[in-house]
Amino acid sequence: MRRVAVIDYGLCNLDSIARALEECGGVPTVTAEPGPLKTATHIILPGVGAFSTAMHNLRQAGFEEVLQEQVVHRQIPFLGICLGMQMLAAKGYEGRETPGLGWIGGEVRRLKPTRVNERIPHVGWNEVHQQTAGPLFQGIPSGKDFYFVHSYHLCYGQEAHILATTPYCGGFISAVGRDLIFGVQFHPEKSQRLGFQVLRNFLSL
Amino acid sequence: MIKVRIIPTLLFKDYGLVKGIAFDSWRRVGSAMQAVKVYNLREVDELVFLDITATLQGRPPDLETVDELADECFMPLTVGGGVKTVQDVQRLLRVGADKVAVNTAAVERPEFIREIAEKFGSQCVVVSIDSQRLAGGAYEVFTHAGTRATGLDPVALARKVAELGAGEILLTSIDRDGTMDGYDVELIRRVSEVMSIPVIASGGAGNYEHMAQALRDGKATDLAAASIFHFTQQTPLEAKTYLAAQGFHMRFS
Repeated sequence: MRRVAVIDYGLCNLDSIARALEECGGVPTVTAEPGPLKTATHIILPGVGAFSTAMHNLRQAGFEEVLQEQVVHRQIPFLGICLGMQMLAAKGYEGRETPGLGWIGGEVRRLKPTRVNERIPHVGWNEVHQQTAGPLFQGIPSGKDFYFVHSYHLCYGQEAHILATTPYCGGFISAVGRDLIFGVQFHPEKSQRLGFQVLRNFLSL
Repeated sequence: MIKVRIIPTLLFKDYGLVKGIAFDSWRRVGSAMQAVKVYNLREVDELVFLDITATLQGRPPDLETVDELADECFMPLTVGGGVKTVQDVQRLLRVGADKVAVNTAAVERPEFIREIAEKFGSQCVVVSIDSQRLAGGAYEVFTHAGTRATGLDPVALARKVAELGAGEILLTSIDRDGTMDGYDVELIRRVSEVMSIPVIASGGAGNYEHMAQALRDGKATDLAAASIFHFTQQTPLEAKTYLAAQGFHMRFS
């Protein structure tokens, strides 16, 4: 059984993620306490809102040490969605400068338009171009559209952990992966058939 | 390249979906759940669900109905109607809304937009502006489901709420609503050309060429429509095919 812990730090639409996971064959538990992470087979960190508030809430609720233990030491598959992916960075600048989980590295900065018709927030469907083959995008052609809604993005110098990029504001990183730690800037739970394929691929790890 | 969204709008009034003309003469168009299921199957880009009687009746959003619909809705969902407090927003997000639309409260207490943006992020707050064309060619914003004049200019209001942290503008022409005579391109252009956030055109779409006009001449980033999908054989998918042939970037699932 796929017991998926969905971390709740009080800011976002968790019902959709839980429903999507059920549709994909998982058994989700939305939790505001770190306890259920200890028995989960998969962990999802969703998120909307500001980086600094989210990291603060996550730390206040005692998630950071348990995540470190389960994800980094015990290698439980982990997926960060939207702000949850950005929190894998070393630090973020939304709100005030705040350290992130640091598992992928890099920094989170505001998107800067490079063309006149690029508006912020980046909201809507845009292409996800796969840079590295891997389990997360198994069975999904490169360049397909996924749903995004965000104003900040992960900036990262090394190519090693970049799984996909998206052509907006000069191109930004839309998926990262390192061992069994994954992050996607788009919302798989709102991206219909292909989004569900990403969730199924994650649950099959 | 980001794609132009085609967004069906569902108007909810006393237990059912309705569609009117110029915010009046409401006709029943079936159950909301049925509509959500059809749009889900068709993989539309996004849905907007507006409870048009909440503010008039002085009640908060109907969380139970939103919860039921959101459970079947595997696409982005914006919910509006009676959103007045940060608690309303938190509750709507909790039952499955991705974004909230604020209309009357954005005029009555603009600071509310900042409060939502600070707590949940700008991407969560859509300001819905209903506007009517005046005799001299100027425009005026109306609140309370189009029943109350405000004396405000829609461009000024859009600028103000964008500064306060609104993530998108849903711009509806009251005069064109339900007429299927075409979007109010002039209104859309005035607002969209001064905005750096997305502007969704709404009110008046009767055919695919109207949609092209709102994008080409109105500079809208996205399109909302209701009557064209409720009362004609035209579909979001055909609209995309037409617009793609005109050179617009559309998503095909």
